[in-house]
Amino acid sequence: MIDNAAKLSNDIFSPDIKKASTRDGFGKGSVEAGKKDSNVVVLSADLAESTRADWFQEEFPDRFIEVGVAEQNMATVAAGMANYGKIPFITSYAAFSPGRNYEQIRTTVALNNVPVKVCGMHAGVSVGPDGATHQMLEDISMMRALPNMDVIVPADAEEGRKATLAVATSGKPAYVRFGRSNVPIFTTTETPFTIGKAYFLWKSEKPDVTIIGCGALVYEALLAAKKLEEKGVHVSVINSHTVKPLDSETILAEVKKAGAVVTVEEHQVAGGFGSAVAELLVQHIPVPVEFVGMKDEFGQSGEPDELIKHYHLDAHGIVEAVERVLKRK
Amino acid sequence: MSYITEEKIKELEKKAVAIRETIIHMLANAKSGHTAGPLGMADIFTLFYFHTLVHDPKNPLWEERDRLILSNGHIVPVRYATMAHAGYFPVEECMTLRKLGSRLQGHPEREKLPGMETTSGPLGSGLSQAAGIAYAARMDKKTFRTYCFMSDGEQQEGNTWEAIMFAGANKLANLTAVIDRNNIQITGTVEDTMPLEPFADKYRAFNWHVIEVDGHNMEEVADAVEQAKAVTEKPTCIIAYTIPGKGVKDIEHDYRWHGNPPGKGPSDKVPQEIQEEVFIKEIREAANS
Repeated sequence: MIDNAAKLSNDIFSPDIKKASTRDGFGKGSVEAGKKDSNVVVLSADLAESTRADWFQEEFPDRFIEVGVAEQNMATVAAGMANYGKIPFITSYAAFSPGRNYEQIRTTVALNNVPVKVCGMHAGVSVGPDGATHQMLEDISMMRALPNMDVIVPADAEEGRKATLAVATSGKPAYVRFGRSNVPIFTTTETPFTIGKAYFLWKSEKPDVTIIGCGALVYEALLAAKKLEEKGVHVSVINSHTVKPLDSETILAEVKKAGAVVTVEEHQVAGGFGSAVAELLVQHIPVPVEFVGMKDEFGQSGEPDELIKHYHLDAHGIVEAVERVLKRK
Repeated sequence: MSYITEEKIKELEKKAVAIRETIIHMLANAKSGHTAGPLGMADIFTLFYFHTLVHDPKNPLWEERDRLILSNGHIVPVRYATMAHAGYFPVEECMTLRKLGSRLQGHPEREKLPGMETTSGPLGSGLSQAAGIAYAARMDKKTFRTYCFMSDGEQQEGNTWEAIMFAGANKLANLTAVIDRNNIQITGTVEDTMPLEPFADKYRAFNWHVIEVDGHNMEEVADAVEQAKAVTEKPTCIIAYTIPGKGVKDIEHDYRWHGNPPGKGPSDKVPQEIQEEVFIKEIREAANS
């Protein structure tokens, strides 16, 4: 059942649940962070409206920097600003930042260890009709491999807002991954959020399987939990919004009880969130794991919902993965 | 008018000789690293650390200091040697270059050594960082200046041109780029590999003020730096024509010395086992001539 400690929305399973994109959460969060600290600046590479960086621009025009279509320059100018003492957020589609400017981020942000906040929008297949070029699916792998870098994937707009506020004060490099499409806002202002601290959305007395996810698909995991409950399969659902540092304590304690795991992410399984969880489990509790994610293929054009279903990333796909992992227990 | 006295120049030239000697010793001791670039930039580094920069070696993170960003990190031995002679750390520490546990990494790292403003090595990203610092400093009405030292070879990087466009568009008059125009890169000459000319015109077209100088003439470089301070509507680019390997006549102009240390370089002029000793002798001879 729903874990009350998570203080989730009362409308959680209502068809009328309010929706917004996680990038909207960035827009809101960046304005709040800007109000709290005058050192916060936002850089844009010609995508201010799509990335919601224009919300900050409207509020703080003097602290908004448009660099044009130049993601490598955006990352390195931000590295210089952070070096001086600013708190720069750099915004573009994840396919371009960190996709195109990865070396600049590696050397001038991560190794240089200056607090630039890389905000990758339009991540995952749910970008929709733009197709595979714009559907970034490898960014978690790239970014979590970097020393000094925190990696956060908010599950809804409210968590996107909180994540933006949290990285603004973390004093270190961070990558935050956001999505384009409108997804249910199932958390509330009361829902806990601390970098590096995963929490339960759904709990069972005697869990058969632990479902661990990050990003908007966590909501699909909740829908799957409800369906499975009706079938008599008991699961727990953990929202691991922070991919790095991974909350090993929370994850290991729960997996010890269940003995089987399904990971959920809108990203390549190779090197992604599921891999991060698997790296942890093989060292401590080597239980069967099934991965819900992209299996070594690119996306394609289509409507977000169609694509999520097509690649078995929806509640149905998660139920199937739980059934598969149960057979391996 | 000149911005530097003859006495000062004489003093700086002596310093430059000592710095070149340290460069030879530290590279020979490290048994790897770049020789031609550091020797070619020794005069400019000396001028900056002992005349131009507003800085405090005992307080390397002083907020109001001028920022010197080294974009082409592979010539860092000249920066290490100059910083040591300027009092940032003991000259003996130069002999730890490229050794396990050393603060003097093969390519510079900001967090390892106070006063090393940025981590660099991968080419083409220094000017953007310098521009970011200059932009942020202007936001806060800071009066310090930001300098970016670059190689000519790294002008081939796309990131460099994004930075040139950004700095020109934003009229970053508190930013001065100094380009080591020595016309060598790993493959051969810059002009044969991927030509830059008409180089000065390209910067001018991107809204930069350009001054061309002899990079071994301290007075010319010092004057150009002062002139840049008087340009209030544009960033300034000082194209400094330098001789790779300057000061060691057996290395000068030879692109094969780009990435070799004394003891491991081309041996057609000087046998490897006596390169360190011969090069030190040549530096002293050149200084006395």
